Amino acid sequence: MADTAVQEPKKYTAKDFQSDQDVRWCPGCGDYSILAQTQRVFPDIGVEKKDIVWVSGIGCSSRFPYYMETFGLHGIHGRAPIIASGLKMARPDLSVWVATGDGDLLSIGGNHFIHACRRNIDIKVLLFNNQIYGLTKGQYSPTSEFGKITKSTPWGSIDHPFNPVALALGAECTFVARSLDRDPKHLQTIIRAAAEHTGTAFIEIYQNCNVFNDGAFFHLTEKGQKEENVVVLEHNKPLIFGANNDKGIRLDGFTPKIVSIENSEFSKDDLLVHDENKNDDVLAFILSRMTYDPDLPTPVGIFRKTYKPTYDTEMQKQINKAIEKRGEGDLDKLFNEGETWVVE
Amino acid sequence: METNKANQHKKTETIEEVVIHFAGDSGDGMQLTGSQFTTSSAIAGNDLNTFPDFPAEIRAPAGTTYGVSGFQIHFGSRKIHTPGDISDVLVAMNPAALRVNLKHLRDGGTIIVNNQGFTPKNLKLAGYDKNPLDDGSLSNYQIHKVDISKLTANALEDLNLGSKVVDRCKNFFALGLMYWMYNRPVEPTLSWIKDKFKNKPELIEANTRALKAGLHYGDITEIFTTRYEVRPAKLKPGTYRNITGNAALALGLVAAAQKSGLEMYLGAYPITPASDVLHELSRHKNFKVKTFQAEDEIAAISAAIGAAYGGALGVTATSGPGMALKMEAIGLAVMLELPLVIADIQRGGPSTGLPTKTEQADLFQAMFGRNSEAPLCVLAAATPSDCFTMAYEAVRVAIKYMTPVILLSDGYIANGSEPWNIPKASDLEKLDVTFHTDQENFLPYSRDKKTLARPWAIPGTSGLEHRVGGLEKQDKTGNINYEPENHQIMVNYRAEKIERIANDIPDAAVDGDKEGDLLIVGWGSTHGAITSAVERSRTKGKSVSHVHLRYLNPFPKNLGEILYNFKKILVPELNKGQLSSLLRSKYLVPAVGYNKVQGLPFKTAELENKIDELLRG
Ligand SMILES: Cc1ncc(C[n+]2csc(CCOP(=O)(O)OP(=O)(O)O)c2C)c(N)n1
Ligand code: SF4
Ligand SMILES: [Mg+2]
Repeated sequence: MADTAVQEPKKYTAKDFQSDQDVRWCPGCGDYSILAQTQRVFPDIGVEKKDIVWVSGIGCSSRFPYYMETFGLHGIHGRAPIIASGLKMARPDLSVWVATGDGDLLSIGGNHFIHACRRNIDIKVLLFNNQIYGLTKGQYSPTSEFGKITKSTPWGSIDHPFNPVALALGAECTFVARSLDRDPKHLQTIIRAAAEHTGTAFIEIYQNCNVFNDGAFFHLTEKGQKEENVVVLEHNKPLIFGANNDKGIRLDGFTPKIVSIENSEFSKDDLLVHDENKNDDVLAFILSRMTYDPDLPTPVGIFRKTYKPTYDTEMQKQINKAIEKRGEGDLDKLFNEGETWVVE
Repeated sequence: METNKANQHKKTETIEEVVIHFAGDSGDGMQLTGSQFTTSSAIAGNDLNTFPDFPAEIRAPAGTTYGVSGFQIHFGSRKIHTPGDISDVLVAMNPAALRVNLKHLRDGGTIIVNNQGFTPKNLKLAGYDKNPLDDGSLSNYQIHKVDISKLTANALEDLNLGSKVVDRCKNFFALGLMYWMYNRPVEPTLSWIKDKFKNKPELIEANTRALKAGLHYGDITEIFTTRYEVRPAKLKPGTYRNITGNAALALGLVAAAQKSGLEMYLGAYPITPASDVLHELSRHKNFKVKTFQAEDEIAAISAAIGAAYGGALGVTATSGPGMALKMEAIGLAVMLELPLVIADIQRGGPSTGLPTKTEQADLFQAMFGRNSEAPLCVLAAATPSDCFTMAYEAVRVAIKYMTPVILLSDGYIANGSEPWNIPKASDLEKLDVTFHTDQENFLPYSRDKKTLARPWAIPGTSGLEHRVGGLEKQDKTGNINYEPENHQIMVNYRAEKIERIANDIPDAAVDGDKEGDLLIVGWGSTHGAITSAVERSRTKGKSVSHVHLRYLNPFPKNLGEILYNFKKILVPELNKGQLSSLLRSKYLVPAVGYNKVQGLPFKTAELENKIDELLRG
């Protein structure tokens, strides 16, 4: 099918991943940063441009593939995960990435998202969560907060939002992470980790839509606020946060509580230590539930990273097994299966 | 071969054709009985056509009318086009089977019943106050009451089997009896039994004995005085097998994948009557066929589009409600100009409609179901074995023209079967596919001069990194473009490309004279009934010809010319007049529709009467 000659991956720079198309997001949109961080990380992921495909649905965020100098398919609203899944099943040799929005992935495409997760098909899904419908000019989305006032909800939204990380965990996604458009370093780390993962990788990226939902995440991204409101998850490290790194999260039974670790009865050793490889879901779930708790900091980082067989390799294995058992398909044999008779 | 010689004092009568209907409870094994009888008749050299009639419920309560499962076979020494309007012989294992099928038995026809099935309880379940076997209500028919259950039990007496097991063998007794009556070879069934119950010697013995008991019963009993001989039909020389439409469709796809060198990818979501395509293809993994049971029909086609983008032969198979769900994605495939085969095994609608019944009412959906100008190629298979040919053709067109192709079949031919003259793989047309590799001046939306197809440039090819999508694209470059003139150009290209397929398909063939009083134009599964009706009308001296369309978009180039040579045009369809409306609008001809929407195929007699009526008036 594709050229199969083994080649040393070429040495790329970020520029190699910039397509010749003008980027048409609103000035100041958080999507620019996500694009830039991706282009910065991609030279390091060890895959040739020709073997990378970006698939998207519909939305501002879904324009992403046009700007990446790789293969790209801008699909239809909500269907990116499943178009990508079909591609990956047919072509397990490719590195398949999905760019999607909160409406695209969680509203119209919710079904495909959860099924991709449970199948553990080896695709990487970047959710540009701006908690709003950008492209259709500002209706509330499935991640907008309860009571949100938008054009379609002048009296406030009466929908309870999804917690995308909890949803992905519940659907048994093997790699679940969260990052922020305005924290380039962190975002790069997470994209790189997703690239290294084998299986469905999901990154929720808080993204500022400065036109229709400006500042939705400023408490998590801006200096002077983020220090108290964000706790960064790091593997094998205790959950510490605060402007002076003086607070931590301690588990009281199953309930995470903030404790001070300076001049208090608690020390670092009493804190919850993150383990992203934990296969039982309890820890990841507890962490995910902190998201909408007004009294707790919002966790960012990798919630869970575990391994199980991927759909695409299992599919290929069955094909190989069938060939091994029955030999490569022979059409004449197939046509003449069962009872036949000859007319002279 | 097992001796099956006629008893001396029984006479043998030669007949040209016969229709037998096997009917019983879902659990009575009537489908198996029917398919065994079919194989045996095929091996006897008859032409034939079959149709199973399953209950819609999975495990309907025993003895009820809605739990009746039937299998009709029409076989003969002449060409057989349909499973038969009405049956000559009804084998009924219980009162419900009798009640449901009596109205489809011809006057004077033969009824063979299992006496033991006519218990007071079963009579009541079937809604009989009195036993119809005794009250004279069946005096119009030749009725044979046979102790099928009892005689089966007798034959298996010393095997020490449970009564349930014994009861399950009674269908083989009935089968044996019918083998005797119609002089069928027994051997294929005997070897089938041996193979099926390989590890259960007691079941081999039981079923073999039941079959032979039925056979010998025919010979010795006084009840039956006549056996029938149905001579071999004159079929084209070749190796044959019996095949259903769905199996043929699946094999056509596998064959096309092999001959094109593409790996096939099927995305599907279970739906009656299309699921068997998924089942069949799932068996053929050693042909590198990847089958994917998706979360819904939108997913099924979207995954197939993803696979096609990656260079696989993308296929999806569904029925009406699933088609409705797929439409937006089909529009995307039209825009992406990727090859894709969409098989729609039609059923009665709208909405969930009549899942197990047949209809041809998705033609408009196939033609016009998408938003905006989204033309594509629409094909239709005419008979069960034609599903093979048309599936192969769908692939050929899809890859040559880089377009989605909708292949229409329906429940009637999907589940129905007929003998298939098995092709040699080496005789099948080779299908050429070339993936684009040239990096120089690569333009994803440049076009082949003749076909207007764009290049298939798949990921993994160095230097061809590019983006495609559902937004309108600039001519040649494929970049997003909203300019008015460009949109006009692209809409025109997409339409013109489909129209040019007409240069690449066979002319429509007229069965009969090229001009005359009446032309019948049909499509899809009505082929058999129309052919039979036309044959009968012609023997009555009528001027009737028949064109059967396999290409519905575009139409064959000579179609207009054919239509203009007849005084009247009749378009029989199992819908409210969809093809007739296409013909009227394209060719401005006064085509008359003959439309039936009962979930049932046309009867030959219905069409024959309609022809008479039109030619009289
Ligand atoms: C079938 C269909 N329904 C509706 C739309 C209109 N539509 C386009 S994008 C969109 C929502 C986009 O929101 P989101 O996914 O959050 O992406 P964002 O623009 O915020 O990045 C909608 C409703 C469409 N394109 N297709
Ligand atoms: S509308 Fe919002 S999300 Fe869309 S491009 Fe503009 S700022 Fe970005
Ligand atoms: Mg959004």
